[in-house]
Amino acid sequence: MKNVIGLILAGGQGTRLGVLTEKIPKPAVQFGGKYRIIDFTLSNCVNSGIYRIGVLTQYRPHLLNKHIGIGKPWDLDRKGGGVTILQPYSTLTESVWYKGTADAVYQNIEFIEEYDPEYIVVLSGDHIYSMDYSEFVYYHISKGALATIACMEVPLSEAHRFGIMITDIDNKIIDFQEKPREPKSNLASLGIYVFTWEFIKQVLIDDAKDEKSDHDFGKNVIPKILSTEKVYAYPFEGYWQDVGTIQSYWETNLELVRPIPPFNLHDPNWRIYTRSEEMQPAYVSESGEVRNSIISEGCEIYGYVENSVISQGVLIGEGSVIKNSVIMTKVEIGSNVIIEDSIIAENTIIKDGCKIGVGKFAESKYDKKVYNSDITVIGMDSILEENCSLGKNVVVGNDRIVPKATQIESGGFFM
Amino acid sequence: MKVLGLILAGGKSDALGKLVFKRASAALPVFGKYRAIDFTLSNMVNSGIYKVGVLTQYNPRSLMDHLGSGKEWDLDRKHGGLYILQPYLGMTGEYWYRGTADALFQNTTMLRRGDEDYVLIGSGDHIYKVLYNDMFSYHFAKGADVTLMVKELDETYDVKDYGVVVTEADGRIKEIHEKVQNPPSRKAFLGVYFINKYLLLDLLYDTVPAGKYDLLLDVIIPNLDKLRVYAYEFNGYWRNIKKGINEYYKTNMEVVNNRKIREELFLKHGKVYTKLKDYPPAKYTGTARVSNSMIADGCIISGAVRNSVIFRGVVVRAGARVENSIIMQDSVIEEGAVVRNAIIDKNCVVRAEQVLVGDFEPVVLEKWMVI
Repeated sequence: MKNVIGLILAGGQGTRLGVLTEKIPKPAVQFGGKYRIIDFTLSNCVNSGIYRIGVLTQYRPHLLNKHIGIGKPWDLDRKGGGVTILQPYSTLTESVWYKGTADAVYQNIEFIEEYDPEYIVVLSGDHIYSMDYSEFVYYHISKGALATIACMEVPLSEAHRFGIMITDIDNKIIDFQEKPREPKSNLASLGIYVFTWEFIKQVLIDDAKDEKSDHDFGKNVIPKILSTEKVYAYPFEGYWQDVGTIQSYWETNLELVRPIPPFNLHDPNWRIYTRSEEMQPAYVSESGEVRNSIISEGCEIYGYVENSVISQGVLIGEGSVIKNSVIMTKVEIGSNVIIEDSIIAENTIIKDGCKIGVGKFAESKYDKKVYNSDITVIGMDSILEENCSLGKNVVVGNDRIVPKATQIESGGFFM
Repeated sequence: MKVLGLILAGGKSDALGKLVFKRASAALPVFGKYRAIDFTLSNMVNSGIYKVGVLTQYNPRSLMDHLGSGKEWDLDRKHGGLYILQPYLGMTGEYWYRGTADALFQNTTMLRRGDEDYVLIGSGDHIYKVLYNDMFSYHFAKGADVTLMVKELDETYDVKDYGVVVTEADGRIKEIHEKVQNPPSRKAFLGVYFINKYLLLDLLYDTVPAGKYDLLLDVIIPNLDKLRVYAYEFNGYWRNIKKGINEYYKTNMEVVNNRKIREELFLKHGKVYTKLKDYPPAKYTGTARVSNSMIADGCIISGAVRNSVIFRGVVVRAGARVENSIIMQDSVIEEGAVVRNAIIDKNCVVRAEQVLVGDFEPVVLEKWMVI
């Protein structure tokens, strides 16, 4: 795959993840006990033999930059290639942000040209899936296509959330509907593209001049080239998830603890690589008990854990009960704490006797669009002092200190 | 001040039996994901020593595989970094390392080259966490020629298995007794030397060509009256797993049973670095019953595990029972099997319903065995 460049779009905020993406971009959010969401796409690239990668960042990139670094954990610290972080930059005449996905690639034409590639693979940094991009590229070549879009069949009832492709018998795309009310097919675009570079370069240059365009691949570029050029759909049949909402983020995490999970982290032929902190193996004490859960290294478990994903270096004190929850790195949970149906972000401290996620669902008083399920979310670097009680669908911001014995009813918030 | 680190990792240990048939004792896996040498190597790096030579001889393959380019210890460097020093064939003859002093003597080029003034010599078999910088300060404050690290052993150690030192009030060593029946003190030498490089070269040229090959017995002890040899006391947790299978087993169990020791070894004085394997986090299914155990990444636990150390990638199937045992990387304990007081080496399979139980001594299953 020497003639292929991977471009990972990692600039999006992911507004529907609420406090989880207030301080960090969506691709940097932790997932599955030790990973960050971008690890899946990055590992797919490396496992597919793509070693020339640009990561396009924009929204609060610091943690993401630190995570990727020079790409050592992915074997991307190489001569002639490797991973390059592409941030928006200013020039003599102007300084602009990336206006859309297509514009982000357009602004980095120089970077791409330096490698003189034949094909580029445009990827999103916020999906959970394994895909062999080399098969994807060979498919593109064998079809003689100028653009190929990875697509997946989704339930018809879900189709309105996606860009829907209508194809002929040869998988050539003949029509396209963006988030349609009445979908004509159930073949959804995954936002993953292969382009022949010479072709798409010109399209991007033209698009940049078009003032009416939003400079977005899905919205502008693809519909534009569909009518005139050879654009194919690549039918992908594996597991793919866009963890775009709090509900789907939580569900996708908890799917991993099923007896036979739909996504296999243990596949020795398709390892997911990450920059993880060096930590000792997990310890489960005499008083501790773990059922149906994922426990990462560095954890010390003195309480009861069921149906949960526990990330690296988490401490769970004696008498505490954790159920149906996602607990991120280095969270400290004291004794006799109850946590149910919750997401607790990195480095948060939950002191003794707190109860989180108790009671019945109530509509969010903070933001109904983002917080609309049973799940209680606590942001990173926060502290819950002793004996706080939080209901369901509660949100606590980042860097907050919730005073002792605070009561927050279901649907409430602490910002 | 620049310090060159040297780790002696070539010795053979008969006491470890099957565990070292195919590996050096410094490469012996411990505590779920580490190898013994990780501790001394990490101690050196955490103390700011970025040029480290590892002297190997006996069964070095797994040790070399583990160390690689030294990436995990930040020793893949332009200047300094990791050096593997193996015995070699030369114009003047072919010799294995005939002893610790001889091993150093055969690598005098490594000593002479480079701009380090001091040498820290450690052993690859010792489990402890320390920052050596305190020892360096002590060395200079005492105006010492050589400083040895020592520890007052409590009753959990059989002191006649160790070399002990007798010191004057200010810490200067008067006598050293190597493994004697009635040792005159409980202050054991921990195999760590700190010495000026040029002094070491002088001492080596004075002894090794005369056919004396041991660093402690032939170089240090005969010179106790001439050199200012001082004892730096280390008070933390320390074990030498080379002492035998029981010592190895006991050390692992101590780490499981004692939170304080875990905190000292893994959280104090910097981290312990080891080769990363990119396993996913461990998974516990609905039938898992785990208590008082260490479980590394990549495991899938469906059975019962008690008082045990489970290494990376181990699978314990439903109905299997693992107690008081050490299960190394990628081994599989199948349905209904019982493993008690056992050390199971890498890539073993205990078939369904099989029973493997050790008595006074843990039973050891060699690498790649299937029972």
